[in-house]
Amino acid sequence: MTDLTHMTLADARDALKAKKISSVELTQAHIAAVEAARPIGAYVLETPDQARAMAQASDEKIAKGEAGPLEGIPLGIKDLYATKGVRTTACSNILANFVPQYESTVSSQLWRDGAVMLGKLSNDEFAMGSSNESSAFGPVASPWTPPNWSAEKAKAALAGDKKGLLVPGGSSGGSASAVAAGLCLGATATDTGGSIRQPAAFTGTVGIKPTYGRCSRWGIVAFASSLDQAGPIARTVRDTAIMLRSMAGHDAKDTTSVDRAVPDYEAAIGRSVKGMKIGIPKEYRVEGMSAEIDALWTKGAEMLRAAGAEIVEISLPHTKYALPAYYIVAPAEASSNLARYDGVRYGLRIPGKDITDMYEKTRAAGFGPEVRRRIMIGTYVLSAGYYDAYYVRAQQIRTLIKQDFEKAYASGVDAVLTPATPSPAFGIGEKSGADPVEMYLNDVFTVTVNMAGLPGLAVPAGLSSDGLPLGLQLIGRPFDEETLFSLGEVIEQAAGRTKLPEAWWA
Amino acid sequence: MSVDQATVRRIARLARIAVTDEEVPHLMGELNAMLSFVEQLGEVDVTGVEPMTSVTPMAMKKRVDQVSDGGYPETVTGNAPMTEDHYFLVPKVVE
Repeated sequence: MTDLTHMTLADARDALKAKKISSVELTQAHIAAVEAARPIGAYVLETPDQARAMAQASDEKIAKGEAGPLEGIPLGIKDLYATKGVRTTACSNILANFVPQYESTVSSQLWRDGAVMLGKLSNDEFAMGSSNESSAFGPVASPWTPPNWSAEKAKAALAGDKKGLLVPGGSSGGSASAVAAGLCLGATATDTGGSIRQPAAFTGTVGIKPTYGRCSRWGIVAFASSLDQAGPIARTVRDTAIMLRSMAGHDAKDTTSVDRAVPDYEAAIGRSVKGMKIGIPKEYRVEGMSAEIDALWTKGAEMLRAAGAEIVEISLPHTKYALPAYYIVAPAEASSNLARYDGVRYGLRIPGKDITDMYEKTRAAGFGPEVRRRIMIGTYVLSAGYYDAYYVRAQQIRTLIKQDFEKAYASGVDAVLTPATPSPAFGIGEKSGADPVEMYLNDVFTVTVNMAGLPGLAVPAGLSSDGLPLGLQLIGRPFDEETLFSLGEVIEQAAGRTKLPEAWWA
Repeated sequence: MSVDQATVRRIARLARIAVTDEEVPHLMGELNAMLSFVEQLGEVDVTGVEPMTSVTPMAMKKRVDQVSDGGYPETVTGNAPMTEDHYFLVPKVVE
């Protein structure tokens, strides 16, 4: 049965089509793996009955020759996506009992194409975090164990408070952990500042944040609307390409969704990268960057050069301002978006002596500390007298960040290569000190991409000296995800697919 | 810029989040850590730079101003903590 949960999505699809396996047996193997992995905490809700029914329907469609592009493929869905009739919480107590009466556009497209839902995946509360530790359901463990830990030691920690085990990254930590642990063939995720790419890099999986507007945001719990994008995490570059084709597309219900044909992304896999110009931004060589990350970056550039690409140094001068500007723009938008949680139309309600008291008590009880902090900073930077100094200035800097990329692309650069994260995964409980900024620095390489609305792909490129996965990031021109898939495939082939951990938890 | 305890209370009030006396000093420290982190933005010359309003150049899509959905109040109020006859119930706001 283990074999079925460690297939690539592409191989499973082909085996289903050739009727070598059935979706029911593929799905059943995943349901069993998910049950055995409960202590990891990747799933916050399992939907085995629904999964079996969907698998049965898929097998019937396959038999009739009516299979969709994802027919019979078991997937996990980040708990930020509204799923009709299936509890959706954004991993917040304020939505603990929320059962959507509608389906998000992106997930509805996955079901349209035949995918099977295994359940809902954990994330940082409202997608605010880089370690999945702010989930109201508790932290999620990475299937990767800390250096020199025995399976027994890891199992004991898993049975306790999980301290010392590795974080899967965040906010899409449940998605990354589930994909790396063989608990689904692929997962949906979202990325506002790095929430797809950083967890993918931490877990040896592949993740792509598409261009802003490529996927509909309708039905996905909003964090920062001008930055949020949906995307997949899977075990290979090809698998993410297959998923993105189903997830992308115009939606009249999201005014920022772009009306543009969705290419066959999978066709870009294996396409030659000969003659492509790859930019290496010198500003990403940040102070204190480990020699290991620097070496990985050089190795990645060499892999692309060996495939015929030309490597050029470029300058993105405003890089260092992206993260601080993000920590104005994102909280400002969050404070506005999260104003809707007031205990009136849905979600938690704590009674008060009047309506204001009810609002204040409800929101104090329902939001966790990180969310409260971000709402408050957002409220402050938008308040009278500070709006120009903070918010307007941050949006001006955002324009400068975008112009940096535009200049690089105008000079003929096809894509940009950078490290995905400044370090490999850290331990649960390791970065929960008094200074929230320490955690925010995880997104230093990914956040520029959201600020500029560009597509970014994280692909595993090797292991650290401690044996933990490290990833590289490819940044593309707007709506040129195809180039990222072609280049990502080159790195995946050259680096060799990361060997994912055995199921020590079962 | 940094915030004092009175400002923290004012922000919490604006954000409609109740804070206890014990939480205020702690929150003040965290908010000031964030504000000190973003302070470096002050060194960027932004003279004449347009603030970004849309990351993708696109015209705002519009639709005809007419009812296109609805007629299912039970679904709309289905997740509400308190309802009566398809109305959301809140504490009295007008004396």
